[in-house]
Amino acid sequence: MLDREGQEVTILDLDPDAFRRLPTDFGGQRHVGNGIDQEVLSRIGVGEADAFVVVTQGDNRNVMAAQMAKHIFGVPRVVCRIYDPIREELYHKLGLETISPTKVGASLLKEALEREPASRGSGD
Amino acid sequence: MYIIVVGGGKVGYYLAKELVEEGHEVLVIEKDSTKAERIAEELGDISLWGDGCEASTMEMAGFGRADMVIAVTGDDEDNLVACQVAKAKFNVPRAVARINNPKNEEIFKKLGIDTTVSATAAILAQIEQEIPTHPLVPLLRLKGGGLEIVEVKVPVNAAVVGRRIDDILLPPQSIVALVIDKEGEPRVPNTDTVVQGGDEVVAVTRTENEDALRSAFTSAAASGSKGSKDKKR
Repeated sequence: MLDREGQEVTILDLDPDAFRRLPTDFGGQRHVGNGIDQEVLSRIGVGEADAFVVVTQGDNRNVMAAQMAKHIFGVPRVVCRIYDPIREELYHKLGLETISPTKVGASLLKEALEREPASRGSGD
Repeated sequence: MYIIVVGGGKVGYYLAKELVEEGHEVLVIEKDSTKAERIAEELGDISLWGDGCEASTMEMAGFGRADMVIAVTGDDEDNLVACQVAKAKFNVPRAVARINNPKNEEIFKKLGIDTTVSATAAILAQIEQEIPTHPLVPLLRLKGGGLEIVEVKVPVNAAVVGRRIDDILLPPQSIVALVIDKEGEPRVPNTDTVVQGGDEVVAVTRTENEDALRSAFTSAAASGSKGSKDKKR
């Protein structure tokens, strides 16, 4: 999405296979490496980035990478995915911009549930 | 003290064992149920099966009353988060993290975890300790203050051999805390303590005075037999 919008996007992943799922017209850079290794982050230019988004499957890895981007590399906008809602709340309080897909998903589901009687009513 | 150890691998296991022997109340949190059971079988009922970064497990473990948390899993990021959550959510007074990548020491410090232990760094320090040209080993940097605790091995031909601690000219803001003799017997020095060749001196000093402190204890005596650094052991 960001690439199609014309942003300059760089993707970092531990697994080279992960890039296979990128659309063929993806124009950004791809790097293989560990996102919590300061040398790797520095090599791919995190220091010059305007924004840093971290969405690995590991909450703790995301938390560490996000804090490194923010506090070591001084990236102005850092967004971090944390599945565990409790950890998400804590790091949000500590000043990270965080999103918990668990929480967002749960509230979407709840909304859908709460909408249902109305639509069923109108369908009858 | 109530000490919680996060991670029940080899490091966690032996750490918990030692801490129990020292009389501390210890709890080990381990993700792997087999490892958690093994600890319970061998060390008694001191293990909890769970994720040491998950709030519900942490509450069950009693992080709220812990005096110290030591995170020693094999993953630096898990150790970081366990320590940060322990401090921020449960107000644990002391949190110590094991790090695998020695470069993470600085990063952890910037992220609020001042005490880190790195096996890699310790091995490097040990190597430096064995190299005669670098007899000073920084043991611990004290947070913020620019002070550190260092260890200096006194060569047998050093000028200070046979002198009283009180008569040795130390750099500013330095104090000798401990003298460990060749037999490994540590003594807290008084003014009359005499330094012997082969002693290990543990001192507190300012980081910038490290070199001055080292030369104070290692400079060869003017008339001393030159160069022959007797190997002990």
